Amino acid sequence: MNLDSLTHTSGEWLRGTGPESDIVISSRIRLARNLAAFPFTNRASTGQKAEIEALLRERIAKLELEPKLSYLSIPALSSLDRQLLVERQLISRELAAADGPRGVALTPQETISLMVNEEDHLRLQVMRSGYSLEEAWHEIDRVDDLLEQRVTYAFSEEFGYLTACPTNVGTGMRASVMLHLPALEYTKQIEKVFRALQKINLAVRGLYGEGSRASGHFYQISNQVTLGKSETGILNEIQSVIPQIITYERQARMSWLRDNRQGLQDKIARAYGTLCSATMMTSEETMDLLSAVRLGINLHLIEAITIPTVNELFIYTQPAHLQKLKGASLDGEERNAARASYLRQRLREAGAHPN
Amino acid sequence: MKCQFCSNPATVHLTDIVDSHKKELHLCQSCAEQHQLVTKQELNLPAILQNLIGQHLGPQTDELARLTCPACGIKYMEFRAQGRLGCPHDYVVFRSGLAPLLQRIHRANHHVGKFPQHSVLAPEQQAELVELRHRLQSAIDREAYEEAARLRDLLRRKGCHG
Repeated sequence: MNLDSLTHTSGEWLRGTGPESDIVISSRIRLARNLAAFPFTNRASTGQKAEIEALLRERIAKLELEPKLSYLSIPALSSLDRQLLVERQLISRELAAADGPRGVALTPQETISLMVNEEDHLRLQVMRSGYSLEEAWHEIDRVDDLLEQRVTYAFSEEFGYLTACPTNVGTGMRASVMLHLPALEYTKQIEKVFRALQKINLAVRGLYGEGSRASGHFYQISNQVTLGKSETGILNEIQSVIPQIITYERQARMSWLRDNRQGLQDKIARAYGTLCSATMMTSEETMDLLSAVRLGINLHLIEAITIPTVNELFIYTQPAHLQKLKGASLDGEERNAARASYLRQRLREAGAHPN
Repeated sequence: MKCQFCSNPATVHLTDIVDSHKKELHLCQSCAEQHQLVTKQELNLPAILQNLIGQHLGPQTDELARLTCPACGIKYMEFRAQGRLGCPHDYVVFRSGLAPLLQRIHRANHHVGKFPQHSVLAPEQQAELVELRHRLQSAIDREAYEEAARLRDLLRRKGCHG
């Protein structure tokens, strides 16, 4: 697989389609699995990790999946390529930064990614654009079944799928939904939503997972508990709150429009204007401005560009993507200039001016 | 920020804009409910998440502190320090320490959900294979190649699929 080809598409999770895609960016499920006869990754020697990788790589290659998965060895990739995969959410920051033999198997559409020698021997991930947890679950369940015919997982009747960290034991499942919640954030209602979610053991994280800031008003909501609840039970719990949050966000958008249409329109027009004309742009500012423009498109306050274009800009203005596009390694200042010039060019191509 | 009516922490923030004059109101949940500004929260289950393992390992006993997994060689205290287990067999060896921990993290102690359909190894088998691998690794480290070859053979005979 040639990673350069990734820079021509925006990937599954930013496709901007699927149910409720004005608010739900993507749905994602991961399963943690380990081989029964090996120590966990953190306790495995380099030789053992190589053995685990070779074994899994061979079994993954034999999976009856169409289209086939391509396997990438992480140590063989440049740090820029690793970061590119992190930005596209195809591998974790941990896998990118770890030591020793490890890799990832991917489908060309970037919907399935199987990480080898992450914290667990195997981390399966399935991603869907929009609100499609059910679909993601059926897909990952099928991949897991296929793999399980070829490898012996570490499993106990009492504790379920055994994982290196006790927080993942049981189903080994983390289901998450990424939401775009600008109106709840601007109207300061977001904290309240978070507290309510925490009370029912759901976690809220920023765009790039644990510890990351919620830039661009993107939030990931996922389950914490993996033991004592079935996969369907976990999905039901998340699915019982997401429609409510979507409703809150829509209500917040509508009351904002009703109460201060001009102010909102001005905010969006200024965001668009800045993106069209600034000459230096940090990643952070870009995310916030694109977030306002995305909101404007969904509220029909701006028609100069489309959601897929905004989504593309979200990903292409990330540091590794930007450097890939420019074909050169750039330091912080250079990146800010390159980012601004890229945005100006893309928005000029998209044509027209805000309404 | 404190509630404008009482001194409890404010959790409800309202912004009202009338004729371009902005008015902000900060209230606690109960004052907001009293003033009927918000309806009672529907999501009100008790569990508060606890994901920082280090803080939730509970009292350690001398007995636990002395435990070492025979299969992978990790000590219970090492697990406590790093928050990661060494091998699947640790769930058996450290059971007395893990059970209350799992109860605190997940508010449950028994798996519900998917089971592998095909091959599952018995716990003893799982432990034996990890231990053989552990011995093989230390033989390699000691450059005891004859022993390593013997162990590798043994692993192969045990049908050591992944």
